[in-house]
Amino acid sequence: MADEKKTGLFEKGGKLYWLHSTIDAFDTFLRVPGTVTAKGAHVRDGIDLKRVMIMVVIALVPAALFGMYNVGLQTSTLYGLDWSFFHMFWYGLLRMLPLFVVSYVVGLAIEFASSQIRGEEVNEGYLVTGFLIPLIVPVDVPLWMLALAVAFSVIFVKEVFGGTGMNIWNPALVARAFLFFSYPSSMSGSSVWVSKTWVGSLRYVDAISAPTPLAIANEGAYDAISGAVGQYSFMDMFWGFIPGSTGETCVVAILLGAILLVWTGVASWKIMVSSIAGGLLVGWLGNIAGATQLPCYYQLVMGGFLFGSVFMATDPVTTAQTETGKWIYGFLVGALAVVVRLWNPGYMEGMMLAILLMNTFAPLIDHCVVTAAVNRRAKRILNA
Amino acid sequence: MSNNLVLKKGLDVPLAGEANPVVMKVVRPDVVAVKPTDFKGFVPKLLVKEGDPVLAGSPLMCHKQHPEILLTSPVSGKVKEIVRGEKRKLLAVLVEAGEQMQYASFPTGVPDKAADVRKVLLDSGLWCAIVQRPYGVMADTQVTPKAIFISSFSTAPLAPDTEFTLKDSLEDIQAAVDALGKFAPVHICVNASVWSSSPFHKVENAVLHTVEGPHPAGNVGVQISHIAPIQKGEVVWTVDPALLAAIGRLLRTGKLDLTRKVAVTGPAATHLGYVTCLPGTPVEQIAHILPDVRVIGGDALTGENLGKNGYLGFFQNQLTLLREGYEREWFGWAKPIRPKVHSTSWCYFSWLTPDKKYDMDTNLHGGPRAFVETKCFEDVTPMEIFPIYLIKACLAGEIEKMEKFGIYEVLPEDLALCDYVDPSKNEIQAIIQKGIDLMIKEMA
Repeated sequence: MADEKKTGLFEKGGKLYWLHSTIDAFDTFLRVPGTVTAKGAHVRDGIDLKRVMIMVVIALVPAALFGMYNVGLQTSTLYGLDWSFFHMFWYGLLRMLPLFVVSYVVGLAIEFASSQIRGEEVNEGYLVTGFLIPLIVPVDVPLWMLALAVAFSVIFVKEVFGGTGMNIWNPALVARAFLFFSYPSSMSGSSVWVSKTWVGSLRYVDAISAPTPLAIANEGAYDAISGAVGQYSFMDMFWGFIPGSTGETCVVAILLGAILLVWTGVASWKIMVSSIAGGLLVGWLGNIAGATQLPCYYQLVMGGFLFGSVFMATDPVTTAQTETGKWIYGFLVGALAVVVRLWNPGYMEGMMLAILLMNTFAPLIDHCVVTAAVNRRAKRILNA
Repeated sequence: MSNNLVLKKGLDVPLAGEANPVVMKVVRPDVVAVKPTDFKGFVPKLLVKEGDPVLAGSPLMCHKQHPEILLTSPVSGKVKEIVRGEKRKLLAVLVEAGEQMQYASFPTGVPDKAADVRKVLLDSGLWCAIVQRPYGVMADTQVTPKAIFISSFSTAPLAPDTEFTLKDSLEDIQAAVDALGKFAPVHICVNASVWSSSPFHKVENAVLHTVEGPHPAGNVGVQISHIAPIQKGEVVWTVDPALLAAIGRLLRTGKLDLTRKVAVTGPAATHLGYVTCLPGTPVEQIAHILPDVRVIGGDALTGENLGKNGYLGFFQNQLTLLREGYEREWFGWAKPIRPKVHSTSWCYFSWLTPDKKYDMDTNLHGGPRAFVETKCFEDVTPMEIFPIYLIKACLAGEIEKMEKFGIYEVLPEDLALCDYVDPSKNEIQAIIQKGIDLMIKEMA
């Protein structure tokens, strides 16, 4: 019955045909389409992009949940409030919800409209992007800024190229980069990484700051004996009880997500491993060369390194497509991120720029890998 | 045994409905169809009109540009109907079978010279059984191939078991191999796991290879690409084993006898087994077809949708019957577990039941999207090519890149599994075919 109704209004020639992409999106969200194979293989695997994308969202959930708790925890600590666990979580949840709502509403509206213009089905890619963006921006970012960043990245990084699967750069990271370069005062410095809008308005203490361990380390405040960076011990950074963007702080939560992604094969373990290897190597070299006092493994637990390696660098669309290329790509992401951290005093978080830069170079890496392989094989056949 | 080829990549699609090794019936068709559309690159010119009497082996049509290439009738009787489609395109010639089978006679014995082999194959219509690579078109009568490849087995879903279908045809196969050997060295690839029981392992005058691995290890294209990769300008011929036996029968008896055992398979088949019949037999005479069932000539990955009133194709040794998947499953993609749906992806749990066979239907299981996950293509392509780059080169129509990425070595069937595993539901085989068609056009 529902089908017949839909046919009348939303099919070609119907009154509300202009809405058909939107209706199809909701319809196929609820029920698998009844489309049968028309050419090619007559039977098909059960996997589709909806399933793939939802796996990434599920993998992000532990980091998001911990992040919400940590938002409350950091605020509570900064202001000396004696909040309970649930209070902290509740506070974080309330602070994060508007970000998710804005991210999804703005992003999906553009996505739906673009699909409609192209006459295609709505792609699921934004389910992931929309979930990632709130996790990598400061929790107090003004919502209009977020909306602007989302709109910019969805339109100019994704839709103009043809939508999910066609984009060159990771749209979530571009949204963050857009904010970073357009509104640096809201995006950097030592006072943006702990939520204080609400609390702050109650007992207005504007200049209070809570620098991230990365910023502290940049100032050289590393205690080689206790292994602490400023007031944060290594275990604090490992468990994620530190200021930072919502999703990035807890190593354990990120690793849980990584396990799911690697297990399901949705993200490439090669990229994760090589990125970590690249970061460790440069961190080690930097330590030897005296650029930093930090042991190399500190690079993994601070800032967005691990979050970027697991969730951002592995985006299947913007990475290298060849398996050898993935090793190279991942390694360079990790290495470059730490290079930026160690040798660039102005900007201590290099992960975002490293990934965006390598997104740009991924096709070149692939080109070299593929050309080399083709030539190698041609030579072998010739000699055989 | 000269070579053993072990392939790791690939996938055996766990489709339910394998044919039991019994011949259920022998079908004597009332009418058979000869379809020029079965032969890639064949431009038909009619040689008969309705009502003409024909023998088994009499020509029905010839190639417009190469009139020596003939399509012949597999039965004796009279021409019943010439079926045409849009723009009067010739779709089929229907021949009504007479009471008694009468054969046109051809010279017997294996000729000494390649030219004589060519002549007998051309006259009998069995020249069309030879497929030429690159591009998978009918063999050019003017060229000499560098090799002739025969894959004695198929790893496609529910493919007929040649050990069963050809167990009594060793002498025919030997005669055919001897004859084809006049053109070029014959390579035969045998399934390693049934090496000793295969009717092919006793064949002489051929280079034997053993091959093991999941589908598409049985695809002749995959075997060629590992044993003697096709370079630009080179030509390789391939022959289906059942047609190889027919060539041998022709040479030994002087009669065109295309009788073959056709496997009736698939989850929607009421009876699973083999039917002895001729190509061009109406499918309704071969299998009982339930409503809302798709009748596929060939296997479920590469076969042709014949329709309920269709006729078995020249190259087809198998019918696969599948339910049409019109049913819309609620929250399909969101369910944690879908025991009835197979997936190679670990996002589902099919990996828990590796031996389970699935009652698959023809549902696409999703909507078409741009390429996102592409590693899955490499996992099912045991050839030294980069599938996604070849696919993109075909989409872009870039000849040079298609050459570089291996268009000479593949036919759509070799990448059929990419169709199956792609979460973005792209039609990879159609893309590759389009690329091949472009190559034929541009390189002509």
